[in-house]
This record gives sequence, C-alpha cells and structure tokens, in this order.
Amino acid sequence: MFFHPSMTRFFRPLCLMCFILLVGTGLQAQEDDDLLSLLEEEPTIDYTTAAFKTNRVINLHSIENTSKGVLDFKISHRFGFLNGGFYELFGLDNASIRLGLDYGITDQLQIGWGRSSYEKTYDGYLKWKFLRQSSGARKMPFSAAFFASTAIQTLKWPNPDRENLFTSRMYYTMQLILGSKINDNFSLQISPTVVHRNLVATAAEANDVYALAFAGRVKITNRLAINAEYIYALPNQLAPDFRNSISIGVDLETGGHVFQLHFTNSTSMIEKGFIAETVGNWADGGVHFGFNVSRVFTVVKPKFD
Amino acid sequence: MKIQMLALGVLMLSAFSVDAQRYFTREGEVDFYSEAPLEKIEAHNNSATSVLDISSGKLEFAVLIKAFQFEKALMQEHFNENYMESDEFPKSVFKGNIDNPEAVKWDTDGTYPVNVSGKLTIHGVTNDVSTTGEITIENGQISAHSVFVVAVADYDIEIPAVVRENIAKEVEIRVDVDYQELKK
Repeated sequence: MFFHPSMTRFFRPLCLMCFILLVGTGLQAQEDDDLLSLLEEEPTIDYTTAAFKTNRVINLHSIENTSKGVLDFKISHRFGFLNGGFYELFGLDNASIRLGLDYGITDQLQIGWGRSSYEKTYDGYLKWKFLRQSSGARKMPFSAAFFASTAIQTLKWPNPDRENLFTSRMYYTMQLILGSKINDNFSLQISPTVVHRNLVATAAEANDVYALAFAGRVKITNRLAINAEYIYALPNQLAPDFRNSISIGVDLETGGHVFQLHFTNSTSMIEKGFIAETVGNWADGGVHFGFNVSRVFTVVKPKFD
Repeated sequence: MKIQMLALGVLMLSAFSVDAQRYFTREGEVDFYSEAPLEKIEAHNNSATSVLDISSGKLEFAVLIKAFQFEKALMQEHFNENYMESDEFPKSVFKGNIDNPEAVKWDTDGTYPVNVSGKLTIHGVTNDVSTTGEITIENGQISAHSVFVVAVADYDIEIPAVVRENIAKEVEIRVDVDYQELKK
C-alpha cells in the first residue's frame, strides 16, 4: 500500500485539479505562439487615399484635396488645335496657359487662385471635401466635395462707348463632386455643375448652364494612370457651335512632380470656359495637346502627436 | 487535508500568475530615418502594438503602415501607394525572442543590453533578422529600445531609377516602447 486509505479521498480530486492545471497551462503555451492575439484589435477608420494622383483629373477638379499646409504650384498649357496642320506645327505654335496655386488650409479645405491667358481671366476657388470614403470602423463607399469658384475676365471692353458694368466680367461655378475609389486601380466621379454667367453674347444663350461631368481613372502601374473626362451640358443652353468637353490623358508621377499629358477639345482650363465655351470638334481634329505640371511645397510642417 | 488544500491553492495561483508576466503597449513608437543624396526621409508612428512575455522572452510587434506620419504629405501618399502598397499589406509584424532573457533582472532597476532575433514581415515579405536592444526597468516599469537597419530591397520594395538619388537603399528603424502589465 502506497497510500493510507483515507488519503485517496483527497488524492482523486487532486489528480483532477492537476489535470485541469496541465490542460490550462497547455492552452497558455498555445497562446504563446501568437502573443499579439492577446490584444483585441482596436477598430480604426481607414480613410481611402489617392483616388486620383492629384487634385485635377484633366480640366476638372478631382475628389482629392491638397493636404494641409501644402502649396501646389500648377503650370497648365494647352497648345493650339491639332488641325492647324504643319503650318501651325500641329498647334505647337500657339499656347494657352494657366498659372495656378492651390493651398490646403486643412486636409479637407482647399483654396486656389489662377490666371489664364485665355480671355485674360483670373479665378479663385474653394473646395471643401465634407465626406471622406472610408472602410474599417466607419464604412462610407464614396467621398463628396463642394466646389465654388469665381472667374473675372479682364479683356478690354469691345465697345467702350456703351455703359459697361464690372459685374459683366464675372462668372460663377458651383459643383458637387461625388467620387469613389472603386478599387485600387479604378476610380470614378460624377459632378453635377452649374455655371452662372452674368452676361452672355446672345439672348439664345442661358445665363445659368447646367452640366453633368463624368471622370475616371485607370491605374496602369504605381506611377502611371490613364484619366478621361466627359462633360455633358444639358441641351438648349449654349451657342450653336458649342461642343461637350471630352478629354483623355495620362498621369506620370516622378517623386515631387506629377505630369499630366492629355488631349482635349477645350481651350480654357477653368470651369466656366471648358464647361460652357468648348468649341473644338474631336471628329475633325479640333483637339489640343496639353499638359499640367504640379510641384508641391510643404509650407507648414505638420505637428506629430 | 489543510496542507493539501493550501498546496493546491499555491499551485493554482502560480499557474494563473503566468498572465502577470506578459506586458503590452498600443502606443509604441516606431520611427524610421533614411538619408539619400537629395532627400532626407523621416517618418513617425506612435501606435505600434507590442506584447512581451518576460518568462519566455517572446516578443511581438505590429505596426499599421498607414499610421506613419511624414513631414511631406505627398511623401506619405507615395510611401503608402507606391512603395509599401499599404492597402494590400496594411501591417508590418515582428515575431521573435529576446535571446538572453536571463540577462535581464526584471525586478531590479537598471538598463540591460539584450539580443533580439526573429522574423520581420514588411510589404508581405518575411526575413530573419537579429539585432541588439536595451531593456530598461525603472520603478517596475519595463521599456524597450532598439535601433536597426533594413535594406529596402530585401522586402521587394522597388525604387525606380528616377528617384534613385532621393531614396536611400537602407533605412534605419528606431523602436521605443513603454510596456504595461497585461491583465486578462
């Protein structure tokens, strides 16, 4: 006899306890294989970024904003129409230019200013991205931004003898930009737009022009993307020779620069122009080759928390 | 019988006290620095999670790639979009060991040099790494510090020719964490 009979009474439960403990520590040993799983995942909101490479698609504003404290210097060119032929070196003899500055007051509020050679026009705008596409703790399938701009054309009055009002030079645009990065390689946006013109050339033209703009991006590689946009202006608002704006181009990214090279039938690079005053006809070569070059400068350095 | 119950109690206590030997943080600092001829690149992340088991010396880290903050917003975008592809590979993880846990007197204040080795996963690529670090005990608080270098090419991160002068081939990573006891 190893045990006094009275001890078996305690021995059996002790064995059981030992067994439980062994199993218990065994389980713990298994947990050891993945220590991080001991911590519960904290749900985070994952905001979608870079639906487009820059804050412009081609002519249109994209759903992307300039980041807080960043100044984006944009040089945009549209050469003459390709159908100018060899005499005009396929448009290269002429160029329309816009010099612009975009600045991010916050990550979601951007302002900008520009001067276009086309009709010597100054423009200023505000873009407020009030809804951000996100996944994770908060799921939102698209982003939304409100865009408003004012343009002032400063050509000499064609008829200085009549009473000319300064307000006649002014144009306003309001736009709602709805965009979604559908997957890593494909982004799409739709922008209902209204352009208000204080003065139009003939009574047949509307002061308020309603349009629907569509834009998309297909990413080919991490540094190369193809963009396209089509702006449909509702019928019976514009001059008879007016055409809807159609543009296609590529985004090339090299470190601090983004080069956008494109073909477009619009001459102007601001909303009131490319939405309401496009006259080029793709069918007979009424197309401009053009580019936007963007260079960013960090003006206010972010504070790290 | 009383003695047996007491023994049982002690046994059980010692079994459960294993939990008290694990420490964690969700606010670990992981920074990286690189210096190329044209550009100095620096990023900060202060939301690294880590768990340390002082009985076995096991050590794990996880960092969210999107939580790295850069001075230049465009750099941050390119880091996520073009280099780390953070939508596809949202986290970097280290799983390893303190190879000489006996060198640390966990209950005595002081700074103890340690060797750490394990598997580091960045951009979906896992490599064996080993480095040195320091464990500091101060008033019972455990903190860890390490500096090591990784080669960008080891993790299938491509640097295109046009930015070769802007991006260094090696990146220095600094880790600083203050651990708290993990109670479960």
